[in-house]
Amino acid sequence: MNYEAVIGLEIHVQLNTRTKCFCGCSTEYGAVPNSHTCPVCLGLPGALPVLNEEALRKGVIAGLSLNCEISNFTVFARKNYFYPDLPKAYQISQYALPINRKGFVAILDEQNEERKVGITRAHLEEDAGKLIHDENPRGPSYIDFNRCGVPLLEIVTEPDIRTPEESYRFLTAVKEILQYTGVSECNMEKGELRVDVNISLRNRGEEKFGVKQEIKNMNSFANVKKALEYEIKRQSRILKTGGSLRQETRLFDQMKNVTVAMRSKEEAHDYRYFPDPDLIPLVITNEFIEGVRAVLPELPEKKRERFISQYGLTRYDAEILCLSNKTARYFEEASGGYKNPKKMANWILSELLKELNQAKIEIDQFPVTPLMLKELFELMDSGEISGKIAKEVFSLMASSGKTAGEIVDEKGLRQLTDESHLLSLVEEVVEENHQAVSEYREGKLSVFGFLVGQVMKKTKGKANPHLVNELLKKKIEAC
Amino acid sequence: MGLNELSVERLSILLKKGEITPWDVVQDLKDAVERDRQSELPLNAYIDFQEEVISREIQQYEGGANSLYGTPIAIKDVINVIGTRTTCASRILSEYRSPYDATAITYLRTKGGIPAGKLNMDEFAMGSSNENSAFGVVRNPHDRRRIPGGSSGGAASAVAGDLAVAALGSDTGGSIRQPASMCGVFGIKPTYGRVSRCGLVAYASSFDQIGPVTKTVMDGALLLEAISGYDSKDSTSAQEPVPLYRLAVGRSVKNMKVGIPEEYFGEGLDEAVRGKVERGINILKEAGAQIKQIHLSYTKYAIATYYIIATAEASSNLARFDGIRYGTRFLETEDLIELYEENRSMGFGAEVKRRILLGTFALSSGYYDAYYLKAQKARTLISEDFKLAFREVDVILTPVSPVPAWTIGEMMDDPLQMYLADIYTVPVNLAGLPAASVPCGTVAGGLPVGVQLIAGQFREEDIFSTAGIIEREAQ
Repeated sequence: MNYEAVIGLEIHVQLNTRTKCFCGCSTEYGAVPNSHTCPVCLGLPGALPVLNEEALRKGVIAGLSLNCEISNFTVFARKNYFYPDLPKAYQISQYALPINRKGFVAILDEQNEERKVGITRAHLEEDAGKLIHDENPRGPSYIDFNRCGVPLLEIVTEPDIRTPEESYRFLTAVKEILQYTGVSECNMEKGELRVDVNISLRNRGEEKFGVKQEIKNMNSFANVKKALEYEIKRQSRILKTGGSLRQETRLFDQMKNVTVAMRSKEEAHDYRYFPDPDLIPLVITNEFIEGVRAVLPELPEKKRERFISQYGLTRYDAEILCLSNKTARYFEEASGGYKNPKKMANWILSELLKELNQAKIEIDQFPVTPLMLKELFELMDSGEISGKIAKEVFSLMASSGKTAGEIVDEKGLRQLTDESHLLSLVEEVVEENHQAVSEYREGKLSVFGFLVGQVMKKTKGKANPHLVNELLKKKIEAC
Repeated sequence: MGLNELSVERLSILLKKGEITPWDVVQDLKDAVERDRQSELPLNAYIDFQEEVISREIQQYEGGANSLYGTPIAIKDVINVIGTRTTCASRILSEYRSPYDATAITYLRTKGGIPAGKLNMDEFAMGSSNENSAFGVVRNPHDRRRIPGGSSGGAASAVAGDLAVAALGSDTGGSIRQPASMCGVFGIKPTYGRVSRCGLVAYASSFDQIGPVTKTVMDGALLLEAISGYDSKDSTSAQEPVPLYRLAVGRSVKNMKVGIPEEYFGEGLDEAVRGKVERGINILKEAGAQIKQIHLSYTKYAIATYYIIATAEASSNLARFDGIRYGTRFLETEDLIELYEENRSMGFGAEVKRRILLGTFALSSGYYDAYYLKAQKARTLISEDFKLAFREVDVILTPVSPVPAWTIGEMMDDPLQMYLADIYTVPVNLAGLPAASVPCGTVAGGLPVGVQLIAGQFREEDIFSTAGIIEREAQ
């Protein structure tokens, strides 16, 4: 039997805001437990939530960049359940009227054809606290509420994905978009992006969905892929042997690379969603949406296309430069008004990335600013330094933070273009190398390079090589 | 005459002149509370009246120009005040202390009010008789065998019994107006959003409002002025400017249109109570108001609508009380579910549990549309009813409670009957409108009866003008 997998994803991303979703507490990661808490996020009696406008703005940015329809009227709802990390015993989320609906993200499928994966909804909600259990299973458990109330966006896809690899590509594309637009840092080590997947199998060509299995809370795309691969194998094995599946929630065990059952559908919670009476329905005006759209950063795919057409870059170069918005921005600033952007791109992709790798730093921490790099290029183009010297200067700039001009002056690296001075050196070399000169005149042209080298040696490599060639040729051939 | 018997208005004048200090007032209050405690059937209006706490409050009072000049105000124990317990009259919060002041308390302090004592109430403001308190029943000072009404029973009883100069209560379905009526004091529930709910422990968030319970209409105006106003910490708080309500008290009602809704005078209304309400109508008529018969045809759905939405919200609002992070933990166990079950079973009283279960049911999957959603639609229709009515009239006059204060224990085994007694007060909360109870004489046994005055959104001034006239003429 030939099965086809039907996959849908739920992605939770932490919105990049300074303060929490419904109170003024900091969202700083790794602080002393319970140091970023207040009556609101601790759910103390009488405390009320007030929406953080920045969370709303980030939510709208996400919606627009995921091609969603933004709701003009959106409602926060309470999702009720008991758990010690949830101090109000409900999570403020959205249910019937989410902020974003009906979007899509385009990916390349495994045949490298473009395909749109539908986004059902992308809604705002708050995170819960974190339980810390003692190593001793009978020991106490602690609760850290620092994370409680941190704004999240839950992105739910349509069941449009067919393979584990497509899931991986989709997640990568979504992560890239959210990082690009500043919606989220998507730092997976800090738990800023978590994924739940829904997967069912059906006979290829069939319309009806099979029995759905949910795998919860994975924090790496590789794990998502592995979990899906495992599930496809497991489910096909059951179906092939005539068995049947029941709807379940499962967990991925990343040590053993298997999924294990957590609870069945019958044990599922009834969350008793209802509109949160503490938060009035939110009217998002078209002005607000258009205001956000106007300052929306260019999305990665658009940028790549523009880099190719505007700067004449290859697809490969454009892709590498656009891997991060910061690198792309650096490139654009450095090549702004510069005549040869292709040369600039090559330099960034080779020399600059090499320096970053060596120093193990990000481009925004790099001491050579785009303007400083441009100055280096101008020195090169005017002939004041050679390409070879420029590489040395660049290294020094990276280690010292000084400008190209400063380094060239300090080290006396400017090329010698003083004709009379060079001519006297040429004459010296001709005097000192009679043998070679006469060989040249007899037709052994290969010694010319040796003679140029001798002149360069006298200038410690600073002589303008074109000029030396010219002067030397004149001198030898004239005599 | 003790200072505890004076009104806020008179006291603030004496305090302003410096003829007395807040210490003098508190001394007389303390003596009165102590005398009551020694009596055969104490009112039991306070959960906490602690001398050292009140002394600290007075020491913190900074004086200066304000409207209350250091008048002590008793606070229903569902409103957070730093340094006191906020028990909500529940076992589960019997030792809970809030780390912050409710916004209404902050505003009260800036106007020179001094929080003095925490008042008894029905547990989590659920009840109409003040019999549902972990701290015992409260008695009606006009007849100590009777209930004071609820849920702000402690507030009404203390003010009527001169154990408090004035009080702040809360009203979700009549919890200020009904006890005010039964104890013969003034009580007003402002427009939803008028007073910040921040720091008011939530029972039903879309209904709850803090409001004053006072000896006079003028005192109600002074206190409401003090606690009203926008608060950025409450998303449902209104930006409307706060008028000087005191200027409206007793203002002429000539040519004002007063609506009398037929649906509020039908079956179930006690004849003696009806007589008092009709007297209220006549007073306004004689003062020059135009009386108009009106209809509020969806009234019959109000009780069902209210008890579905309010309990649904309550089931969620009260879910946080589990004894894990704060509050009383009754049981040490390693089983999480058992911990939740035991703490909540032992922590809550019967009425609170009943409402949590009702609300949980109403929100459950498969029942949501039939109950919660339908109730929301009915709520909209009830609001529309009022909106239409207020196109024709300025205020609506009705009874507050179909019966005067009943005997303690009389209705305890018939909760449905008790819910039905809220019929005249809950529609106002469903519509978010302001409404007050103003005393309008007594019936047999010296039991007070109030009339309810309902006004349009943010039209509290219309209540103060009409209430002022009734107060003056009903004496």
